[in-house]
Amino acid sequence: MSYQRVKFYQTGTFTVGNRLLDEGDRTVQARTDRSNSLNSGHRACQGCGEALGARYALDAVMRATQNKMVAVNATGCLEVFSSPYPESAWQIPWLHSVFGNAPAVASGVAAALRAKGKTDIRVIAQGGDGATVDIGFGCLSGMFERNDDVLYVCYDNEAYMNTGIQRSGATPARAWTNTTQAVGTEPGNPMGIGKNLPCIAMAHGIPFVATASVADLHDLETKVTKAMSIRGARYIHIHVPCPLGWKSDPAQTIKVARLAVESGLFPLFEAEGGVVSDRTPIRKQVPVEQYLALQGRFKHLFNPRDEEALAAIQAMADRNIHLYGLLPTKPAMET
Amino acid sequence: MKQQIEGSQAVAQAVALCRPEVMACYPISPQTHIVETLSRKVKVGEIGNCQFLNVESEFGALSVLIGASAMGARSYTATTSQGLLFMAEAVYNAAGLGLPIVMTIANRAIGAPINIWNDHSDSMAMRDSGWLQLFAEDNQEAVDLHIQAFRLAEELSCPVMVCMDGYILTHAFEEVDLPTQEQVDDFLPPFEPVQVLDPQDPVSIGAMVGPEAFTEVRYLAHHKHLQALEAIPRISQTFQNIFQRSSGGLLKLYHTDKAETLLLALGSVNGTIKDAVDDLRTEGWPVGAIQLCSYRPFPSHALRHAAQNAKRVIVIEKDLAVGNGGIVSSEVKLALQGLPTIVDTVIAGLGGRAISKAAVIDTVKAACLEGLEEPHFLDLNWEAINRELTRQAEQRRSGPTPENLLREIGLSSGKAL
Repeated sequence: MSYQRVKFYQTGTFTVGNRLLDEGDRTVQARTDRSNSLNSGHRACQGCGEALGARYALDAVMRATQNKMVAVNATGCLEVFSSPYPESAWQIPWLHSVFGNAPAVASGVAAALRAKGKTDIRVIAQGGDGATVDIGFGCLSGMFERNDDVLYVCYDNEAYMNTGIQRSGATPARAWTNTTQAVGTEPGNPMGIGKNLPCIAMAHGIPFVATASVADLHDLETKVTKAMSIRGARYIHIHVPCPLGWKSDPAQTIKVARLAVESGLFPLFEAEGGVVSDRTPIRKQVPVEQYLALQGRFKHLFNPRDEEALAAIQAMADRNIHLYGLLPTKPAMET
Repeated sequence: MKQQIEGSQAVAQAVALCRPEVMACYPISPQTHIVETLSRKVKVGEIGNCQFLNVESEFGALSVLIGASAMGARSYTATTSQGLLFMAEAVYNAAGLGLPIVMTIANRAIGAPINIWNDHSDSMAMRDSGWLQLFAEDNQEAVDLHIQAFRLAEELSCPVMVCMDGYILTHAFEEVDLPTQEQVDDFLPPFEPVQVLDPQDPVSIGAMVGPEAFTEVRYLAHHKHLQALEAIPRISQTFQNIFQRSSGGLLKLYHTDKAETLLLALGSVNGTIKDAVDDLRTEGWPVGAIQLCSYRPFPSHALRHAAQNAKRVIVIEKDLAVGNGGIVSSEVKLALQGLPTIVDTVIAGLGGRAISKAAVIDTVKAACLEGLEEPHFLDLNWEAINRELTRQAEQRRSGPTPENLLREIGLSSGKAL
């Protein structure tokens, strides 16, 4: 067979969408009829990864459902920057209750739709990493184990950014936050703690779990679209850089996100029924230092160089690559 | 149809007749029999297409109902005590969002020390949450108030707690007249929400509101309660017209005409109080009683009208505002301000301690003859308290108070512990 496998890196740009593709294969975001679930004019910071991730994910949901959808939002940056009257940026029915209950509220919406026989309307819940891995974890686990017909999307920016950058259960090893400051014998967030929610979600045996990144729009949209083709509890964990909390350049949000993926620190994979069913291979692994060096929250690892910490973080990336088989043993050249 | 039936079973029957669409429940005594019964009814298809969710916590239960109600579904749960406190954030949120959820509170004490028996500490802790709170005197009224609660909640778009005393009512077998489906359908129209999540007409519900409008939003929540002061008696009257019995309303009066002393209470203790009033009146004491059925909204005007000629109002309440005294009596005093009426606070029945007719009669006589200290604790074991206070004064590491008290009381009753 002679077809050329499309590699988006060939364009040499990080452009959203891809002009080399046929129109039908372009991303939802590249279409002129994209729905803008989250409209412009909201109050997110410049370079906000969460705002991008939310619009990418929800526009894909809108497209997959012909706009028949309801979104439930946990308290957090996304809720605050999108909702204050008269500037609600949401073009969809949207409900915010409190910080820790978005999965349960979404279960309730889904139950009401079942009771009313309106199962053509689909429900998504969304929140940041604090709402997901910490305060809302009980409700999330309940929604998973009941296999309620909800897609939960976590926008993981790795700390409590809305309250001013405090550590969450998703804050990475050695990262500075205002509650894991770069002082003491082990500056930043201690090594060896925190939780891996995609794996915990998989342990519930739910139909679909995936990780995604704002750096890979095709992959993100494909996973969201796939999730909407499935009934039951589904979970997508999207890595979204926060220039404010990560002390990174707002213009480099996509680059930072891409380096997290290419270093192996944030593996992209999907799982069905609790078993990894697919992964997005890394073409060429980059050292974690390239990713860390772009972020002020890790600067204490470089001045002076903390070889032990850098080696430990590199080992985490290497372990992911091994665990998920992110680097093909044979070159990814066969057609 | 009249049946001998457990209170919880009767309430479950009444809720089922109201055609709920979503129920989310978490077990906690003493409300479990209600949700067990409802779960069975849903599973056998007795309640149409109603969805019953077994959730991971009370916080999850009410959160599910917030979503369901915002989607336009008639929603119900039951809880009590620690469960109500565990869902507290969602309790305030449901009221703030104006979602007409109905919830049974099987009133129970709050720990520590852990205690599963009846008092009113739980719902009192949520008195300012924005929920309407109706208190049932007996199981017939508990049944009737649930049916009224759905209508009230949905008319005002405001959540309602129906409070019934844990065990005393929930587990009591009494004769209850259970209505027919036709009667309930006549009384309770389908739920027509004032706000709903609709892809055809998308709205944002639960947006952030800053100082520019927050006070106005809170006032409108208060305004709903003012409207409820009118709606509660009207709905109670409509109920009477269809069901041929009187239930609910703001408050109920018992021999208040020409009574110089009025007893005032919420919930099942009103049965004991009415017996005490009968006995006292037989002895020639000019005594009457007021049963407060609506605690939120607090019917200040109706209460003032009912009590204006009394010399003394004795509030018997199953709660304690630690550091202050009576919760209900403070509100009664406010309602009667400017009148010469003496208002006594009697803290009674905490953690399930029985309130006997004899104790009520003795308290009334003591109040009228000698006056009561404020607040007055009914049947307090001062001996045990004083011995524990002495111990605490004598040694720094005096140990856990509840265990010490149990030992004191065991010793004083002659039991070796």
